[in-house]
Amino acid sequence: MAAPDPLDFAAAIATGALRVVDLTATLTPDFPVIVLPPEFGQAAPVRIREISRYDGRGPGWYWNNITLGEHTGTHFDAPIHWYTGKDLPNNAVDTLPAEHMIAPACVIDCSGEAAADADFLLTRARVEAWEEEHGRIPRGHWVLLRTDWSKRSPRDYANLKEDGAHTPGPDAEVMKWLVEERGILGFGTETIGTDAGQASHFEPPHPAHHFLHGAGRYGLQCLCNLDRLPPTGAILITAPLKILNGSGSPLRVLAVTRP
Amino acid sequence: MVEPLQQPERRNPLRRTRQPSLPPVGRSRAGMLLTRAAAEGRFALQRCDECGAFCYPAHDVCPGCLSTDLKLTDAPDGGTLVSETVVRVPADVYFRERAPWRIGMVKLDCGPTVIAHLHADCGEAEPVRMSLQLDKAGQAAAFARPAGDTANAADDRQWREMTASPKFRRVLVTNGRSAVGQATAAALVAAGAKVHVGIAEPWKPFEAGKALEACTVVPLDVTDERSVRDLAADIGGKVDILINTGEHTRPGGLIGRHGTATIMDELSQTYLGFVHLAQAFGPAMRARGADGIDSAAAWVNVFSVYALANWAAYGTTSAAEAACVSLSHCLRGELRAGGVRVVNLFTGPLDTEWFQTVPPPKVAPKAVAKAIVSALESGVEEVFVGDVAEDVRQRLEANPKALERDLGA
Repeated sequence: MAAPDPLDFAAAIATGALRVVDLTATLTPDFPVIVLPPEFGQAAPVRIREISRYDGRGPGWYWNNITLGEHTGTHFDAPIHWYTGKDLPNNAVDTLPAEHMIAPACVIDCSGEAAADADFLLTRARVEAWEEEHGRIPRGHWVLLRTDWSKRSPRDYANLKEDGAHTPGPDAEVMKWLVEERGILGFGTETIGTDAGQASHFEPPHPAHHFLHGAGRYGLQCLCNLDRLPPTGAILITAPLKILNGSGSPLRVLAVTRP
Repeated sequence: MVEPLQQPERRNPLRRTRQPSLPPVGRSRAGMLLTRAAAEGRFALQRCDECGAFCYPAHDVCPGCLSTDLKLTDAPDGGTLVSETVVRVPADVYFRERAPWRIGMVKLDCGPTVIAHLHADCGEAEPVRMSLQLDKAGQAAAFARPAGDTANAADDRQWREMTASPKFRRVLVTNGRSAVGQATAAALVAAGAKVHVGIAEPWKPFEAGKALEACTVVPLDVTDERSVRDLAADIGGKVDILINTGEHTRPGGLIGRHGTATIMDELSQTYLGFVHLAQAFGPAMRARGADGIDSAAAWVNVFSVYALANWAAYGTTSAAEAACVSLSHCLRGELRAGGVRVVNLFTGPLDTEWFQTVPPPKVAPKAVAKAIVSALESGVEEVFVGDVAEDVRQRLEANPKALERDLGA
């Protein structure tokens, strides 16, 4: 069988036969970042400094220097980000296989549950119910948790209380199961992390990070526009910056779906 | 009799904003001794070590015995107004704009006779209380006030030129999340100011609380150039006093720190924060130094006293603050052209979370707030708040090397 012609793909995009959906939040200085107790090192927010803007610093051109953390804005988590993945081969953003940067996605819509309960947890039973309707999650797929969290105001998005963040995410059992029984490529969320806001109290703590990265799988967070994706059938283009030994990277996440 | 100051009316937008002019600047090197005293809020004159006489104006040799041993010495501030005159048409632009201007000759209790600016309630042959004030050009000027209390004394027109009173002025306090910022905002409201308070990262929980009830809370993240510029675009033209209460303190020395992320945070919170504020708010403040009763008047920095002498336990924080002190001198030079003064407060360890393990004495945030208001009302430039800060100041003067060794232990 002859290899498919990549130009067919380009033509389908150009004619609108396939639709491109941008799942990326804009990198702005006031976008919430993960908050740790202040005695720990902190993720840097986005900072944009003009080099010149058609002025005395450079009369004909406009450009900026930017600073930001690897885990700022819509970003990718590589296995090396967590201790469970620290000794795996090809575990950093500069060495991970390029084939993994284009892969299909299943989207589980939990926006109703998340609206009702900021601490909503995705469970194995909930995913199995989704499978009843849409079929078994194939190996090598992304699983994206739609919560419509990206539509919230920055304060409600971070949703910080006296006892920490209250944002939805997966429980420990479903993460282990998705990784081991379904062989997912990675897990993506609209919230600041792949884990729930209260996940430091789970067993193990931060189960999404724990199980995904321990098995060499990936995380995506701060996604948006998941409501524009079908439950199955979309592919994601997720190419992190090639940062030397990088633990993650801000990136542009694009989905390609049928219209 | 001084009429109480009235809330200034809104500006006529068809009129040009009056450009600042400055009183005469020239002073001799010896005269700078008095400027130092004025900056520190002391009434001090040269005193001859040989014959013990006070002298004024500043001399290079003692007018009595020709000794060159003239030291700046705190002097009794009493005197008597011998004569007065009103200058109605001065040749100097600054005083011409402010004429009529009252001056007089004061016979000091400690000897010399000085020509001084007069408070309206000073009468001939009556006792006066002297002070050295920084004028709009940042130079020492002798000022005579009545010896006793009089009504609305602080509202005197000539006195107000020599201070940066917050009454009826509009103030921006940069960090409303800190205890010092909140106490400062409340103290300024009580002093008659209209106060804006900046809050960084509004997506993090923030309870304004009682302290900020009478203030307007605005988004301001000093680490973000755009956030600072955006706020200046909104209110930069009506910030008369800016109080930079950054207060980013992290314990830890230099080589014990692992990497530079924490140090970069310190620099962006303190040094770059200062830079962003100065670039965004400085130009309008400098242009508005003579803009009526609520003209731009002062920029206040709250620093740790360890900016002046590095305390190894807070080593990199001290260094970041030291950079800010240097920057404040640059800003002082630049704002002087507009008659806007830069006030630096140096505090000992604050009674806040980041100095939790430091034993007392610690400075209460309210004490810092009180010192800020007092500095603005009295017109000083350098203030040391708390016993520790005062101790560091004295030891720096006495033997900086000994202090360095102690703080580095």
